[in-house]
Amino acid sequence: MSELDPIIKIEDLSKSFTGTTGEVIEVLKDINLEIYRGDIFGIIGMSGAGKSTLVRCINFLEKPDAGKVLFDGKDLSSLSDKELYRVRQSMGMIFQQFNLLMQRTALDNVCFPLEIAGIRKKEAREKARGLLELVGIPDKLQAYPSQLSGGQRQRVAIARALATDPKILLCDEATSALDPSTTRGVLELLSDINQRLGVTIVVITHEMAVVEGICKKVAIIDQHHIAETGYVDEVFSRPKSQAAKRLFYPDDAKINSFVGSRCCRIVFDGSSSFEPVIADMVLKFRTTVNIIFADTQNIGGKAFGQIVIQLPQDNMTAEKMMDYLKSKDLSVEEVKEFV
Amino acid sequence: MFNSVMIKMLLKGSVQTLYVSIISSVVAYLIGLPLGILLVTTEKDGLTPVTWLNKFLGVIINLLRSVPFLILVLVVQPFTRLIIGTPLGPKASIVPLVIASAPYIARLVESSIKEIDRGAIEAAQSMGASPFQIIYKVMLPEAKPSLIVGSAIAVTTIVGYSAMTGIVGGGGLGDIAIRYGLYKYQYDVMLITVVLLVIIVQIIQEVGTRMAKNMDKRTR
Repeated sequence: MSELDPIIKIEDLSKSFTGTTGEVIEVLKDINLEIYRGDIFGIIGMSGAGKSTLVRCINFLEKPDAGKVLFDGKDLSSLSDKELYRVRQSMGMIFQQFNLLMQRTALDNVCFPLEIAGIRKKEAREKARGLLELVGIPDKLQAYPSQLSGGQRQRVAIARALATDPKILLCDEATSALDPSTTRGVLELLSDINQRLGVTIVVITHEMAVVEGICKKVAIIDQHHIAETGYVDEVFSRPKSQAAKRLFYPDDAKINSFVGSRCCRIVFDGSSSFEPVIADMVLKFRTTVNIIFADTQNIGGKAFGQIVIQLPQDNMTAEKMMDYLKSKDLSVEEVKEFV
Repeated sequence: MFNSVMIKMLLKGSVQTLYVSIISSVVAYLIGLPLGILLVTTEKDGLTPVTWLNKFLGVIINLLRSVPFLILVLVVQPFTRLIIGTPLGPKASIVPLVIASAPYIARLVESSIKEIDRGAIEAAQSMGASPFQIIYKVMLPEAKPSLIVGSAIAVTTIVGYSAMTGIVGGGGLGDIAIRYGLYKYQYDVMLITVVLLVIIVQIIQEVGTRMAKNMDKRTR
């Protein structure tokens, strides 16, 4: 088992459920995926695309109908129940609804996976205390989940998931129930954990911002298939599949109503600092542009996101504007679909 | 008429009622609790699905629960004699009480456990907990407040049923009520036994509700 081999390898995985009336509902079809050690891997898709089922196939909470899941080179379907329980101890998981034990304190919640692993109480408490410190709530040891805020609960859940020193951390819509500022805090914590502990993280989400925020690679899941995979900045600046484009322009109707001349898309991938490029450009050329779509945010002083603008009628000015934007180290491309 | 003999008898009756109810409750829980857990885990989406066993248990439980208690007391008399040695008296009334309340308790336990969040169970599974660990580390502790409320309901129901066993000389307050009230037309005695039963039920219910509320960490 080389360090360079993927920690998770999914081969030709399919999964379907039987509905209430006996009909077969396909949830995942021919999924192939490789996740490498130390990565933060995003799996993004609209709701109902099958992403939650996919993440549950990784730790075999759902058993696939066909195909293989290899974790650290081990085929999970070949394991006995007991062996599977052991393997799951090296996979942490956090959930949208946190799923803490409501009758246990934060400290005892973090001790829980250690109890299951058969670790002595004193040792477990020691470790749990350290983990709650790591996730930034050392003062909430004796608090019950009902006394904690959503963000604090998710931090307890993260500490709990890390208790058994897992090799990977599966996050199922972990920030979807949190408000934007809490989300940012939790994402920062996840990326900090990835760097400090070297834990591979798999992030399931329907929010582009989450993938942009922390992921290195991304897989787009659409209609039960993987539509596209690659490095986040590449997929984001040059989406190939329809599914990816749909995700990046969630509001189709609005874009269609702007029918005019040439449009161009500017992608901010974090390489430029947060400065008013469009406004500067308008001032420089003394010609207005129409902003059709904008979705940018400032993460750590860097600009992330994209803007679609409608260029002026005059072709000369349009070309010059494109050149100007390129000179600012921005990825610029003409978009034809929206013209 | 309320001389020391009568008071002594009423006291003895109360103690007997409590004794029979408590023993019956304990034995019924020894059967009903595992049965209730089994009802949850063997379900189609349960921890260890065994659909036929689940259906089988469901039918047996429903059957037992639909037999009127007085009929049950009479029907199980031969069985009672086999176990206790006699079909009459306080000890003997424990047998039909257990048979009647164990299925009832199984259903109470089932619904208490089903109340807990599936997510907590899923989280435990994701950590590699075995079904047995999930039962005693997640299901039972998380359902504890609800199980306590359920047991208050079960015990008070058993107290009520135990009064009915007076018909076969089961002892306790029910016996006194039937002998003095029904057969001797001493309604005042009957009234007192009823009041005593009400007080006993009230105390058990109140203690149960308070315990559950104090131990529940979901609200506070």
